[in-house]
Amino acid sequence: MTKLTQRLGDTATALALCTGLVFSAQAGAADLEAGKKIAFDRTKGNCLACHHIEGGKVAGNIAPPLLAMKSRFPDKAKLRAQIWDATVANPNSIMPPMGRHRILSEKEIDLVTDFIHSL
Amino acid sequence: MKKMLTLLLSAGLAATATQAISGPKEDLEKFRTHFEQRFPGIQLDDFGNGPYALDANKRLQWEDMEEFPPYDVYVDKGREIWETPFKNGKSFASCFGKDASKVRPKYPHWDKAAGKVVTLEGDINKCLKANGEKPFGWKKGKIAHLGAYLGYEARGKKLNVVIPNDPKALQAYEEGKRFFYAKRGQLNVACADCHVYYPGQRVRGQLLSTALGQPTHFPVFRAKWAKKGKGDGMGTLHRRYGGCNKQVRARPFKAQSKEYRNLEFFHTYMSNGLEINAPGYRE
Ligand code: HEC
Ligand code: HEC
Repeated sequence: MTKLTQRLGDTATALALCTGLVFSAQAGAADLEAGKKIAFDRTKGNCLACHHIEGGKVAGNIAPPLLAMKSRFPDKAKLRAQIWDATVANPNSIMPPMGRHRILSEKEIDLVTDFIHSL
Repeated sequence: MKKMLTLLLSAGLAATATQAISGPKEDLEKFRTHFEQRFPGIQLDDFGNGPYALDANKRLQWEDMEEFPPYDVYVDKGREIWETPFKNGKSFASCFGKDASKVRPKYPHWDKAAGKVVTLEGDINKCLKANGEKPFGWKKGKIAHLGAYLGYEARGKKLNVVIPNDPKALQAYEEGKRFFYAKRGQLNVACADCHVYYPGQRVRGQLLSTALGQPTHFPVFRAKWAKKGKGDGMGTLHRRYGGCNKQVRARPFKAQSKEYRNLEFFHTYMSNGLEINAPGYRE
């Protein structure tokens, strides 16, 4: 990483590259499908336990429906942070801290974030 | 270590903050008011009907079910267990008194001499052992059948848990309360999250019941517990506690552990004044 920065001689570009690696600007259809699977799976994200999500069956109604997410979360990193640990925004949240409690792996959280952001 | 710390932080602090300023009586008032405001128009005793008090459609289906309730046969089995003499010629009446309708309303209670919360199930097995009989299993089967009979006989009588002004009893109550409000398990969800803050709403397809009224109708017949490998449908309150702990991926405590007895003490006290309507039917 340091080498790359030096070679480019431009920290801004490097940062852009860096975020690009974590959140691919345009998630492919296969990735979106994978993210959806993790979000719906009862043994994984199980987001449907509480949230209505387009295409999901038997959703709960404890939490706000997840739709128009790009306008709600223009910054995808903020969306990821909400999924990673909902208790930062609301210490009393019933929403399980997917990342902090390792319910999902970092990779799985990336996939779920891409899928939710596409809604 | 880090996990420990987060657990302590999330569970401990919230509980101690409220602990210092309120006793059981104030807790009960606040608890009651919360549900009265959240569900105006629902009669106090109706909270004992769980999800069926909160949803008109579910209520209709349940009322149909109550025409020929599947727990009837277990009430009968329980009566038989109550009436059948032990090998020594005595029977349960030698421990509990002759009037079966007066047994269930005494539980749970604080036993000053033993310094612990005593439950109906605890005393059933104590009675068996004292009479040279083999104790029952804790969560289902005969203990739930006898409980169903004693609950049925006590229908209409009110829950009336007394928290004596004894530091140890108050401590047991506080422990139960802390358990109830603490975030728990990998999913980090408290009993109160589901049964105080979100009752009336659905987790997937399941309508959450209010914590108020939950202990009135145990043991319960649950359709889910009548499936292959699960038993005959009947189960005790502590069986349900274990199930709700597992749902949030927490390791359940043993039925009749100190943790669950103290939880029962707090949880049942919060429903004081509600009519016993055991055994209940749940899907
Ligand atoms: C047990 C319930 C529960 C589960 C499971 C759950 N959530 Fe939530 N979620 C909530 C609640 C309740 C809120 C509202 C804010 C709060 O109370 O923290 C929320 C808020 C959110 C928000 C913010 C919405 C907004 O507009 O501010 C997002 C995004 C979100 N959840 C995504 C997810 C995803 C993705 C999953 C699954 C991987 C998930 N949730 C699983 C209960 C849940
Ligand atoms: C993730 C949500 C969730 C959590 C956390 C949870 N429960 Fe439950 N509980 C349920 C659901 C769903 C049911 C079945 C529907 C109902 O009766 O509420 C249920 C049912 C019950 C019942 C049976 C009610 C009846 O009328 O038969 C009791 C008692 C109960 N829960 C107590 C507890 C206690 C005590 C805790 C904490 C140790 C707890 N629950 C934690 C979701 C939860």
